[in-house]
Amino acid sequence: MITKTAEHTVIGTRPPRADAFEKVVGKAVFGPDVNLPRMAYGRILRSPHAHARIVRIDPTRAEALDGVYAVATAADLPEAADRTERVGEGNVNYKYMRDNTFAGDKVLYHGHPIAAVAARTLQIAEQALELIDVEYELLDPVLDVRQAMAADAPLLHEGMHTRSLAGTADTPSNVASQFQFLQGDPEQGFAQADVVVERAFETAMVHQGYIEPHAATAAWDADGTLTVYTTTQGAFDIRSQVHELLGYPLSKIIVVPTEVGGAFGGKNVGYVEVPAAVLARKSGRPVRVVMTREEVFLASGPSSGTWMRVKMGATREGRITAAEVELCYEAGAYPGSPVGAGANCILAGYDIPNARLDGYDVVVNKPRVGAYRAPGATQSTFAGEAVIDELAEKLGLDPVEFRLRNIATNGMPRLNGGFHEHIAAREVMEAVRDHPHYNAPLERGTGILRRGRGVGLAYWGNWGARSSVTLEVNADGTVSMLMGSVDITGTRTSIAMQAAETLGLSLAHINPAMGNTQTSGYSDASGGSRTTMATGVAAVKAAEEVIAKMHERAAAIWVCEPEQVAYTNIGPDAGTFTCSRNDETMTFAEVAAKLGGTGGALRGQGDVNVRRWGGAFGANIADVEVDIETGSVRLLRFTAVQNVGKAIRPGQVEGQLRGGATQGIGWGLYEGYAYDGQGHMLNANFLDYKLPTALDVPAIETEILEIPWPEHPFGVRGVGETPIVGPPAAIANAVYDAIGVRQGFLPMTPARILESMGII
Amino acid sequence: MSLEFRGPGVVPLTLYVNGHETHLQVEPRQTLLSVLREELGLTEAKHGCGMGTCGACTVILDGQTVYGCLTLAIDCDGSEVRTLEGLARGQELHPVQQAFIEHDAYQCGFCTPGQILSAVALLEANPRPTAEEVRQEMSGNLCRCGAYPNILSAVLAAGEREE
Repeated sequence: MITKTAEHTVIGTRPPRADAFEKVVGKAVFGPDVNLPRMAYGRILRSPHAHARIVRIDPTRAEALDGVYAVATAADLPEAADRTERVGEGNVNYKYMRDNTFAGDKVLYHGHPIAAVAARTLQIAEQALELIDVEYELLDPVLDVRQAMAADAPLLHEGMHTRSLAGTADTPSNVASQFQFLQGDPEQGFAQADVVVERAFETAMVHQGYIEPHAATAAWDADGTLTVYTTTQGAFDIRSQVHELLGYPLSKIIVVPTEVGGAFGGKNVGYVEVPAAVLARKSGRPVRVVMTREEVFLASGPSSGTWMRVKMGATREGRITAAEVELCYEAGAYPGSPVGAGANCILAGYDIPNARLDGYDVVVNKPRVGAYRAPGATQSTFAGEAVIDELAEKLGLDPVEFRLRNIATNGMPRLNGGFHEHIAAREVMEAVRDHPHYNAPLERGTGILRRGRGVGLAYWGNWGARSSVTLEVNADGTVSMLMGSVDITGTRTSIAMQAAETLGLSLAHINPAMGNTQTSGYSDASGGSRTTMATGVAAVKAAEEVIAKMHERAAAIWVCEPEQVAYTNIGPDAGTFTCSRNDETMTFAEVAAKLGGTGGALRGQGDVNVRRWGGAFGANIADVEVDIETGSVRLLRFTAVQNVGKAIRPGQVEGQLRGGATQGIGWGLYEGYAYDGQGHMLNANFLDYKLPTALDVPAIETEILEIPWPEHPFGVRGVGETPIVGPPAAIANAVYDAIGVRQGFLPMTPARILESMGII
Repeated sequence: MSLEFRGPGVVPLTLYVNGHETHLQVEPRQTLLSVLREELGLTEAKHGCGMGTCGACTVILDGQTVYGCLTLAIDCDGSEVRTLEGLARGQELHPVQQAFIEHDAYQCGFCTPGQILSAVALLEANPRPTAEEVRQEMSGNLCRCGAYPNILSAVLAAGEREE
């Protein structure tokens, strides 16, 4: 093990990203940019109804249209296994995934795919969609999570029975599963409380909003190899999905990940890869399927709308005695909401001796949810932090002081059964307490413009899992790096920096690249904030193997024992081999130049399955100005604090903190799916589903804490997800501070604010 | 005043794309974006929404930024079109591109071509904009990764450098 003791020379610096040039000249190839000879254009027919039985699908007229090469439906897919596996950041049942690729006997949401067409041009493919005859028998939709839980609700899946630790229920239900966390004695805890607060909360379904739509291009070789170029967080996950849905061997499927134009959790599950592959097989041509923006909204994997209830009690001295939580999360059309992660994260930062939490995973007639940046945590944290804030207010305590009196510490049992290890919730809250922003005076405002300040504490658990990095030493002393992880926002650079630091070489010596499923070792999806952390572990391991093998080559050149060779990766002599037998030195490049004569190619391989990782606490401070006549909220100042363990490339870490905050601001104030009573989505576009623009986001101040995760060679914790968790909570608490009315709904649109004030 | 009717079949179109005179046959219903991407292989301009709400398809048409997805190609006959492809000279980047690298003014890079072209057009018209002017002028380019503060500093820095 090469241990760095000196100051790092690469880690913690701000070099240009390895992909910088390609990105600013626009030559980086994203999913929709893939173009193959003889390629046909694919389009997908989608259900105009939210809930209906399919009586008949007849593609005859479409197939007869000039320029149409193939039409595909569920009939082209083999039966899929009724088996649930982890895909990216969530669980997926392949039978449901098949039905969500091409509808079986029912459509379950507006936009549910039914058939696909490949044609000579996009226009012909679109024309052909209108010629596919589908006969529907309409059913009542259910769109609200609590209505879906009612005993007399229309059922999406007639054969679905609620699963729980108690077994499987006798009667069918839209509640796919339920669970309970229990700690201590909640009734007794509430009896000890001097103050009790109880509130209900609702949040709308939201979308990741990546600007690059889903896009896949599939091509079959004459030998039966299927190659799929796609924009995804996990090439190997997509390969598994194609394998399961086509019943085709893994070795005959190559998934090539393109550059990814934003994903945020939404590109773990494939939507267009299998249709493209089936159309390509039937038409004998490569086929590209690119979603429109409307399709992305209607039929990819947004994050759950929720209904939540939180009740908490505390003593006059400001100690929390009990909590009771109910989390009802929409899964969309098929089971699999992130309610479990929401349960793991709500109130994770506090010492709560007595608590009960009930979680429900509920199907409704909306698209099947996917992962969205800290899936499930932003919703539950909005609820938990509002009640914490109200308790502090009722006790007459500063909200940060109240949080600190109850802050979670190492070794403390967690509500989900685990224990906190190497956390820094206290340090994060103390950083808020001491931050200039928190201590700056706030002009309260008079008249119609009222100002307020709020804070929110956030937690996300992060992930480890499988990663693979290969380092090949070249004759000129440079190193080619191949990683199996998909780079979603600059990780090829942060991984290469860890390899360079370990090798004792400059970053310029390493050329990093993303591999594909044929060239790289198995790597899990770039999700769960795991890539810089876990793939970093793989890079360090590969670099150590390179150094060990280079020792042998140096020994061969010097005709000595490998044990007589030493290598230094720190200080002014970094990158130098020395021999204790003859006191000679050789540089890394000099040994590399002789690889041909000392045994040939030299590769270091790091294949890891990181089973332990550190969670990350963060916090936000928000100053808002509320116009009490229009209900609009303007952000005046915003701060993000987070413990990241170690910032490998601080520019990227700041970017994650700002990016998560920006999305959290959108979730808090603007974004939410809107449906009519029949389940038609009303705002499947960026005009009516509003993302924050440059005008909506203030300069987001960042404060990075580096309290290491001790099991990573450089102390790295996951970074990317925690930043989205706290902002809606902090903004809601700031809005309360400004207008004196608690907010129970996300997004806090002007109309909702005015409603909460009783004005409309 | 007389109206000129063209189509419905393919019609001739001449564009001056990044300084190159380009003759094309296009369908009247094709957008400028689809001609650039599908006919000319210039995939720097991106298709994000198809209805002028995200700005990823921004190109400069006769000195003005336009949404390529909302501009009919045949309306551009004889016009000069600048895409990101025409900005760098070989390895020599335009000051805005250089500033985007130095300020980490992109994360995924998908909206970046549109952001850079909006910034270039802004700085050509107003070489020393205020922060408020940059935010206002570039509010038509969405960045879902949330690099707005970095984009703002990059554009301000590029403005100073160009002077």
